[in-house]
Amino acid sequence: MARHTLSVLVQDVPGVLTRVAGLFARRAFNIHSLAVGPTEHEGISRVTVVVDAEGDLLEQVTKQLNKLINVLKIVELVPEASVQRDHILVKVRADAVTRLQVTQAADLFRANVVDVATDSLVLEATGNAEKLNALLSVLEPFGIKEIVQSGTLAIGRGSKSMSERALRSVSA
Amino acid sequence: MTNGPDISPALVARTASRAKDVAPVSSAVEGANPVQGPNNVVPPTEMTGSQAIVRSLEELGVTDVFGLPGGAILPTYDPLMDSSVINHVLVRHEQGAGHAAQGYAMVTGEVGVCIATSGPGATNLVTAIADAHMDSVPMVAITGQVNSAVIGSDAFQEADIVGITMPITKHSFLVTDAQEIPRVLAEAFYIAGSGRPGPVIVDISKDAQQATMEFSWPPRIDLPGYRVISKGHSKQLREAAKLIAAAQRPVFYVGGGVIKAHASRELRELAEFVGAPVATTLQARGAFPDSHEQHVGMPGMHGAVSAVTALQQSDLLITLGARFDDRVTGVLSTFAPNAKVIHADIDPAEISKNRVADVPIVGDLADIIPELLDACRARFEESGRQDLASWWSTLKRLRETYPIGYTEPHDGLTAPQHVIQRIGELTGPEGVYVAGVGQHQMWAAQFVKYERPHQWLNSGGLGTMGYSVPAAMGAKVGNPDRVVWAIDGDGCFQMTNQELATCVINQIPIKVAVINNSSLGMVRQWQTLFYDSRYSNTDLNTGHGTARIPDFVKLADAYGCAGLRCERPEDVDATIAQALEINDRPVVIDFVVSRDSMVWPMVPAGVSNDQIQIARDMTPDWEEED
Repeated sequence: MARHTLSVLVQDVPGVLTRVAGLFARRAFNIHSLAVGPTEHEGISRVTVVVDAEGDLLEQVTKQLNKLINVLKIVELVPEASVQRDHILVKVRADAVTRLQVTQAADLFRANVVDVATDSLVLEATGNAEKLNALLSVLEPFGIKEIVQSGTLAIGRGSKSMSERALRSVSA
Repeated sequence: MTNGPDISPALVARTASRAKDVAPVSSAVEGANPVQGPNNVVPPTEMTGSQAIVRSLEELGVTDVFGLPGGAILPTYDPLMDSSVINHVLVRHEQGAGHAAQGYAMVTGEVGVCIATSGPGATNLVTAIADAHMDSVPMVAITGQVNSAVIGSDAFQEADIVGITMPITKHSFLVTDAQEIPRVLAEAFYIAGSGRPGPVIVDISKDAQQATMEFSWPPRIDLPGYRVISKGHSKQLREAAKLIAAAQRPVFYVGGGVIKAHASRELRELAEFVGAPVATTLQARGAFPDSHEQHVGMPGMHGAVSAVTALQQSDLLITLGARFDDRVTGVLSTFAPNAKVIHADIDPAEISKNRVADVPIVGDLADIIPELLDACRARFEESGRQDLASWWSTLKRLRETYPIGYTEPHDGLTAPQHVIQRIGELTGPEGVYVAGVGQHQMWAAQFVKYERPHQWLNSGGLGTMGYSVPAAMGAKVGNPDRVVWAIDGDGCFQMTNQELATCVINQIPIKVAVINNSSLGMVRQWQTLFYDSRYSNTDLNTGHGTARIPDFVKLADAYGCAGLRCERPEDVDATIAQALEINDRPVVIDFVVSRDSMVWPMVPAGVSNDQIQIARDMTPDWEEED
């Protein structure tokens, strides 16, 4: 099923993430990834959720989310008109022999080395899912010890601001 | 919608103030304050959080609440004792308080209120909250919570009731700051009562109840994420009128939303103008009069052949406040296969949830139905109307050939359908009928004639056994001048009959008809039909030829109710008449009936509505010409 990215502005109140996540669980909607954090407006958080849904089901997801009292605004961000990024930290085996090869591979993907030990490196990389998957397949032969990955973050291209527009209608 | 005797005075009062209360969008956008009640201005006054709770309820216009105190809500029960406005009904189990609040809300149209303490008190409300959520009943549940300092420490009688009820509430609040109490309660009532109604829980920590705060009224409601759409989209209304004018087999598929919107009168005008058949679902019984010649009955698993067929063979479903529940549609993919769908509902998420709508209309049915009537008038004038005579001749033949009926049982005992039919006939449409869940519920939906909205209450979506007695109690508190019948089963009655004590002590004289077939009847029916008559754990030993544990007449007597027993068909009328004479205390009648009676018609689970059976293995004759 196709993946769709929804940006959801919510009031930053206790339990709001539980409400969003609980809704997905109760209605048997699949979440592929979820990222949440504060916005430029105090008291308002933004949830970026990637869902495995399309058509009528995607419409249901949006309508059910809209029924949550703490949800202010929902926008679907299509890949063509938005920037979408994942963030990854990878701990990879790298001793004196392989270290240079690993860092060269990292350079190709504009990944940064953020920690060095005698037999390992921690790399940090940002990009879309395809790029990060490519990085991981290049690192695989060296031995990946640990991966931690954020949910997708997404923002619309151009000068329009989702939160500005949403908040104008809220506080007018 | 306020003339005539069919609407209670409480409703008239509410509809008068409704225009003001239901703003099309939230106050944050409109500037209007949607706080319910008279909106008295109270200058800042110092008081405790508990006093603020009671005062807020008073300012919101609440007159009756149902509850049971305990440690964490104790502070609030102290000022509640001094309120001259609020009548608190002390229940015997919190579930009873929840269902009573539902019953109260269903007959008055007001938000029902129940109160419980933390932990088990709150969890005992859960069934009623889930029930209210499924059936869109406006309700506010106020629960005490442990001190905010110990929340999360597994303190005595601590339960995360906001977390527990999250999937079954319209919204919920945890209040730990006394200053927030008036605003939160006003918001809770606004959310519960507006839009698609539903239950809202307000969990208030004990220290917030005890703290000092500065009370003022009205508070400013701040719900930027909550919008209620009222007016229908004019383009969609025109589109709907176009489909109605073109349809040859249109049918009104009417759900409980019409009753919630208080739009029965408007529905009747629209239906009479269009001339199409009207089917009223289990939740909509009474939204359109049964006696009306356009009424074709209740659709669904135990619906009338004429109603099931009207939907099934239709080319246009004019869906008003209904939600394509599986008990109505049968196997969804085979439901009304040739019908286009107009779907009007106040909840946008209901539209195209189960069945894709060709014309969606979001809004308040009280606004939409008259708008749709105007659009139909314009369209019919422009393009004329279809002749529905052949459609009607099919449906009339089915209605006459396959009326709702029953056969006398073979064991010589009373037919349960007869008892229920006579209760309805001897009491009339001014009574209120509240059912439990099971066979007796279906018979009550089939054999009582419903002529007005708010005449019929039941647990439709959740199917909660035990709903009847406490909901009837709440209905009687809300409509004290009406005769209120709890039509209950012997299984259901044993789940919540402790509220008889509440009814006796508080002088709430409901009438309880226990349709006693000595078993969990609906389950038994399925065992008969689908499990080779192997009756696993459905025998309750309360009826004819059993030990009669408990003896319902003695039980009634122990509670101080009038207890009657009726075992022969010839005594049914006299027993009902006797019960109707007793108005100084609740009456419990043990109607001992046959256990072999079954609910027909029936669409077995998992098959298409085309396979409706009028009796076991008997399907209607579709082709016969009259």
